[in-house]
This record gives sequence, structure tokens and C-alpha cells, in this order.
Amino acid sequence: MSAPVLKLVAQRIAMGILLLLAVSVLIFAGTQILPGDVAQSILGQSATPQALENLRRDMGLNDPAYVRYLHWLGGILTGDLGTALSSGQDIATSLKERLWNTLFLAFWAAMVSIPLAIILGLLAVRYRNGFVDKLISGLGLASTSLPEFFTGYLLIYFVAVRLQWFPSVSTVYEGMPFGERLSAIALPVTVLTLVVLAHMMRMTRAAILNVMQSAYIETAELKGLSPLQIITRHAFPNAIAPIVNVVMLNLAFLVVGVVVVEVIFVYPGMGQYLVDHVAKRDVPVVQACGLIFAAVYISLNIIADIVAIVSNPRLRHPK
Amino acid sequence: MAKRPVDRSGLLLDIRNLRIEATSYPPGEPPRNVVIVDNVSVKVERGKVLGLIGESGAGKSTIGLSSMCYGRGGVRITGGEVVLNGRDILRGGPKLLRQIRGREVCYVAQSAAAAFNPARKLMDQVTEAALLHRICSKAEAEKRAIGLFKKLGLPNPEKFGERYPHQVSGGQLQRAMTAMALCSEPDLIVFDEPTTALDVTTQIDVLASIKDAIHATNVAALYITHDLAVVAQVADDIMVLRHGKQVEYGDTHQIIKEPRQQYTNQLVSVHHIPHAENNPADAPILSVKNITAAYGGGLVKVLKNVSVDIHLGQTLAVVGESGSGKSTLARAITGLLPPMEGAINFSGRTLSPRLANRTRDDLRELQMIYQMADVAMNPRQTIGTIIGRPLEFYFGMRGRERDARVAELLHKIEMGKGFADRYPAELSGGQKQRVCIARALAAKPKLIICDEVTSALDPLVADGILKLLLDLQKEENVAYLFITHDLATVKSIADAIAVMYRGEVVRYGPKSEVLAPPFDAYTDLLLSSVPEMELGWLEGAMKNRRMASAGN
Repeated sequence: MSAPVLKLVAQRIAMGILLLLAVSVLIFAGTQILPGDVAQSILGQSATPQALENLRRDMGLNDPAYVRYLHWLGGILTGDLGTALSSGQDIATSLKERLWNTLFLAFWAAMVSIPLAIILGLLAVRYRNGFVDKLISGLGLASTSLPEFFTGYLLIYFVAVRLQWFPSVSTVYEGMPFGERLSAIALPVTVLTLVVLAHMMRMTRAAILNVMQSAYIETAELKGLSPLQIITRHAFPNAIAPIVNVVMLNLAFLVVGVVVVEVIFVYPGMGQYLVDHVAKRDVPVVQACGLIFAAVYISLNIIADIVAIVSNPRLRHPK
Repeated sequence: MAKRPVDRSGLLLDIRNLRIEATSYPPGEPPRNVVIVDNVSVKVERGKVLGLIGESGAGKSTIGLSSMCYGRGGVRITGGEVVLNGRDILRGGPKLLRQIRGREVCYVAQSAAAAFNPARKLMDQVTEAALLHRICSKAEAEKRAIGLFKKLGLPNPEKFGERYPHQVSGGQLQRAMTAMALCSEPDLIVFDEPTTALDVTTQIDVLASIKDAIHATNVAALYITHDLAVVAQVADDIMVLRHGKQVEYGDTHQIIKEPRQQYTNQLVSVHHIPHAENNPADAPILSVKNITAAYGGGLVKVLKNVSVDIHLGQTLAVVGESGSGKSTLARAITGLLPPMEGAINFSGRTLSPRLANRTRDDLRELQMIYQMADVAMNPRQTIGTIIGRPLEFYFGMRGRERDARVAELLHKIEMGKGFADRYPAELSGGQKQRVCIARALAAKPKLIICDEVTSALDPLVADGILKLLLDLQKEENVAYLFITHDLATVKSIADAIAVMYRGEVVRYGPKSEVLAPPFDAYTDLLLSSVPEMELGWLEGAMKNRRMASAGN
């Protein structure tokens, strides 16, 4: 890889780190603005002022905000996310399993939806404006328009209750056999795929159609290449950057936006964890989850940027 | 390897009574059918080159592409036969067409820069058709490609294929495209204006290498161009086309030397505008003194110590290849790119280097006309509004007074009053450029900078524009700074000439002196590279060159 590309990539990564720091400030500030007092919520309404004061001092709540922020940040950097107020458990330990579950679900949803979206997009371009194109686009848009709780319950009713192919509750636990695990997440994966498919497919179609206007596509046609060869060999390589961009946005959604799906299928992932602790007003957990979601979102977008840089021959091979 | 049928008679391509139509969608009217090519018959024998010549809209590219049964942009072949290697390919179906394209017929596009895929290496693209049609193995195809790179005079032929299109120059890409067409050893190559987008000195290189390659491989060719002098160098026969119909068809010598049709005669004698050189008057209207200008905060110097004078009512032509700094000189004079050093005196005062600090009179007296007339006009304004805008802005004219002046200006550019209510999209290329001239004249300028104003136009239309500019100069006593790479234009209209090369003025003076020997090496190269309507000119010009063109 050449020097200008390395420089651009380094710039993107540095920007991402800066952005993440800024987000951490926002998250911290946001939770500070919220009404209520951590000591109060731990000790309850009946606590004496003296007990409250002692707890505040022990927890460092009397320090100025920036000291508490730096303390919090320092903890995160060393892997200490603090303890949950509601349960008194270490957040990092309970998060690890949840995060892994969410990534597992997102990974399989991505494995199904991304290739499917790109293949459908290519087919839509191949038969553009014909029946196949309209069918693909129509079904894709319909599946995206339906909210995930609707498709989720629909699938539970037909596939889990009537046909009994897959379980309706996606319980997973440590040490569960891989096959069973896959079977347990089949329905949430399907719902997530239906949600993200159309966006990626439409974007693939649009990006490739845009490239198909180029003069070099005519060159390829006049070499005698078949329509599918033209799309895969000449159009697709030039459409990678916009496609990767939208793929990464959807991947981020798969990690960050699965809250509803996890709740429907009672899946023990990050989303459920977050919803539970928002209800309990457990601020440290909400902060930790927020930061992790932000980190996932930012890093996926950095990856999209880097792919766009690396896939550009003008940057990869300067004059 | 697919066996192809062989016609023993030596006839390769036989297009009979071709008719091509398209549907046009004029704004506000129902769609209507347009006949693009009407009853044209073309015969090409093996190893022969046929030149198709005509102005834009003559249907030459459409005929060329019909030999591959390809209709660009919804064009339909509605009649006739295209017999290639003894079979009618119009009735062959898509499978036969895919076998023919890239195997029996190959195509070389006008803009190789756009016709190469930016994401793939040149070697992959050059050998793609040969591998697709299983003409030879990959190693063999690459060997063949390297041989072609060498034959076409590309630098470092062994390594050339490893580069990406953006890493090589326009002239090199055009040659690489010719190598791509030759790589699958087709029977016929369609060259569609392969040198039109190139500089004049690069054009002669590419033209010579195309001609050599055609002779060495004995491939037949359809050579499409609007430049009769170019086609005279490569073609055995020439067909002159106009509005989709055949005007004249004969061997090259007959077309050039004894044209039978009046239209052919016009094409042959294009660029002969009589213009007597004016002697410089007392004080110059514009005096550029020792200007140095750069892009990127002084990093890339594009003008080095340039000094020129322009006199009232006269024309200074600035000539040179692309990248020589001609347009940058215009940008410096107009204030768009403030020079780092030097001064610009205009009409007895020193102009501020920055556009923002100039007075309204400075702006008014110095107008500009651009190469691309259609992008220099707001497509949503009528011609009347476009020409009326400077009248309002500089003179505060309104209502009937303004309309009267617009009508007067339209008359000056030889267009009727009726055009005032039309939109730019309804005009032809030449008419659009005329409107831009009227808009510049509306400000009553003392100097108009004309930046390649005829390069995008057909030769006959360009001639009309040049004649108009000369007439207007006599009437309005306006000076022109005429930027061009076309020396024929320069000979027609200039009083003085400045030859630019890599940001410097290498030769400057009255036209008669600049165009008289002895020449410096660069001026000699420029002058000798302009195609002349002579058989065998190309060989002579290549033999007598003293330096290589900047394209390499």
C-alpha cells in the first residue's frame, strides 16, 4: 500500500477516535443533566441525609464533573465499566456475554442479508425495468415498510406456533451446541434480514445503474461480454464504495438497532440489557451501553471509509 | 476456437440500404420519429480503410456502430442489411452479436479516457476480448499486447499493462485503445474520431501509429472523423455524409482533389478566411507585464514571466498544447487567479490583481466567451434574458429599451428577433456560441477573451463563428485575446501570435513574423503537426520532426 493511502487511512482512524471521545463527553454530560441523584436512588426515599452524604463522598459524587468524567473515562480505558446500581454486579462481566450474543445475531443476519441484497441488486440491474426488477424491488420495499414487531409476531405465529419449525423464544445460554444456537436465532435473523435487505438492495441497484451509464460499459458491450459479465466485471468494481457505505450503515443498525427484535424474541443481547436498565434508571449501565453502541457505529463507518479509499485506484496507485 | 465463415470475394463488410431511426422527445410536443441514417450503402474490402466524414449529426458514428449491430442511446436499425463475413448480422440474434463484437469487429472510441474502466489494469482490459473469445491463452494474449504496445510506440511496453488508466496520458490511452482493438486480431476496426480529443502534436503521433498498425496487421477499418485532412492520411476510400445521407463516395484522391459535390468542396476548402494583418496602433489596450502565476499556493508554477500586448481592434492569438498555460493566462487577466508577480495594464490603468477589487467598469470592458457555450448559459433563462442581463447590470436598461437593444444584438449575430423567447436547449451548438458572443458584446467591452470558442464546433460552423467575430471586430473596434490550439484558426484571424510552451511565451510577434522561418523547435513542431489536405503529408511531417511532442 502506498503512502497517500496510509495517510488517509490514519487520518480516518484518528478522526474516529476523536469522535468517540466527543461522544463519551456527550453521553456523560447527558446523564448528568438527567434529574435524580445516584445516591438517592441507591439508598431509597427513607435514607438519612448523613447516609446520603457518606455515600456521595465514597462514590466521588461531590467531585467536580470533569474529575468524575476523567475517572469514568480512565476506568473504561482499563476495561472497568463500573458496577450496576440495581444489581451491584460488575458491568463489564455481564456486558461481555450480552455483547457477544448481540454480535452473534448481527453476524448471522449480515451473513444472510448482505450477499442476498447484493445478488438481488445485481439481478435487478440485469433485468432492469422488467418483471424481475419490479418484483424484487416491490417485495423488498414491502418487507422494509412493515415494522419489525409486526413481521416478528407474524413469523412467531406462522413458523413457530403453526408449523413449529423454530422456537418462538430465542433463549441461548453458555455452552449451548452451535446447531441449536443457530436454530434458536433463525427467526430473529429472518426478521432483521427483512428489515435491512431492501435498503442495501436498492442502493446496490442504484450504484450499479449509475456506473452503467459510463462509456466503459459500452466498451465492454462492444467486446462481446454478456450482460451479467459486464455487471460483475466492469460495473461492480466501480460501485463498491457506495455499496459498502450502505452495508456498513445497515450493519450498525444490526448491532445498535436490534432492541425491538431482542425484546420480541426474548433474546439475551445488548438491546434487552439496555432496555431493562433504562427502566431501572441504572445510569452506569446506560452510559456503558451507549458508549459501546457509539463505538460500534463509528468503527463500522470508519471501515466503510477505508474500503472506499482502498477501492479507489486513483488513491491506491497514484501517478 | 470459433471458426468464422470466410467470404472468398475479399468483401468483408457490405452494408446495404441501411436505415436507422430514433424517437426524439421535444419538450412540449408529442414524441416523433427521426431518421438518422437514410439509405446508405457501404462496402469495405479486407485490409482496406474507408473514411466516413461529415459534421455532427451526419450519422457517421451510427453507421460505424451498425457494423457491430449496436445502437447507441435507443437508436433502432429499421431497414437494410449488414453483411459481415458473408452473413447478415442484423438477423443473427444476441448470441451471434456477442461472437462478432470483440472478435470480428472491434471499436476504438473518441474518448479513450472515458472508455477504459478506471478500476482495472490496462493489460486486463486490453486482453479481455481475446480471452473472452478464446482466441489464445492468457500468456499469449499478454505477449501479443506487449508487442502491440511496442508497435504503437508506448513507453516501457513490458510494464505498460500493469498501470491503471489514470496513470497514463490521453494520447497513450488512445494508443492503448487501438492495441485493445488489435489484440483479438479482428477483421475490422471501427475508429470513431480517435484523435479528435487530442492535442495537435499528439494527434499526429497517434495518427501515425494507428496507420502503421493498420498496415502491419492488414486489418480493415472504418475511420470516422469530421476532419477531412486527417482522414486523407489513412483512408483508401472516403464517404462524405450529411444529415444521414450519402453526399459523395469515392477514392481518397478523387474526394480531396476533384470533389464533385459542392458540400465536399466546402469541407475541402474550410479554414480559408482572408484576413489582412493589422499593424499595431500606438498604445496597447491591454499590456501584460512579466506575469508569474501558480496553483496550490505557489507550488505549481503555470505561468512564468509572461508578457504580451494587445491593441485596440486587433486580435492576439495565444497558441499551445493543453497544459501550456493558455487558459491560466486568461484566468490571470480576468482576476480569477491573482498572479504572484507582474502587472496588468488595461486601457491606461493598472488592474487590481483580484477580481473582488476591480471596479464595475473594469469588469464591463473585459468580457469572456467560453469553449462550452451550453454550460456557460443558464438553461432556464430565455435568450432574451441572457443577453439582457449585462444591459441591466451595466447600463440599467429596462423594459422596451432593453428589448430593443437585445433585438439589435440578435441582429448583429445574424439571428432573428424570434430567438429572444427561446431557451438554450432549443438552439444548435453554433447558435449557442453566437448568443454567448452577443452577451459579451452587450457590455460594450474593449477586450473579449475567447477561450477555445470554436473547438467544440463542426468545421463549417466554426468558420461561420470566426467570420462573425472578424466582422464584429471591424464594427465595434473590439480587441480579442484568442486562446486556441488550432493553428488553422490562428492563421485565419490573428494579427499577432504568442506561442506558449510549459508556461512560457516561446515566440511572440506579428503574425507574419511568427509564421515565417526560421522557427524555433517547438513552433516548428506545432506548425508541422497541423494536418494538411495533402496525400502523404503524414509521412513527410513525421520524417522532418525536430522534437517529440509533449504528450510523451
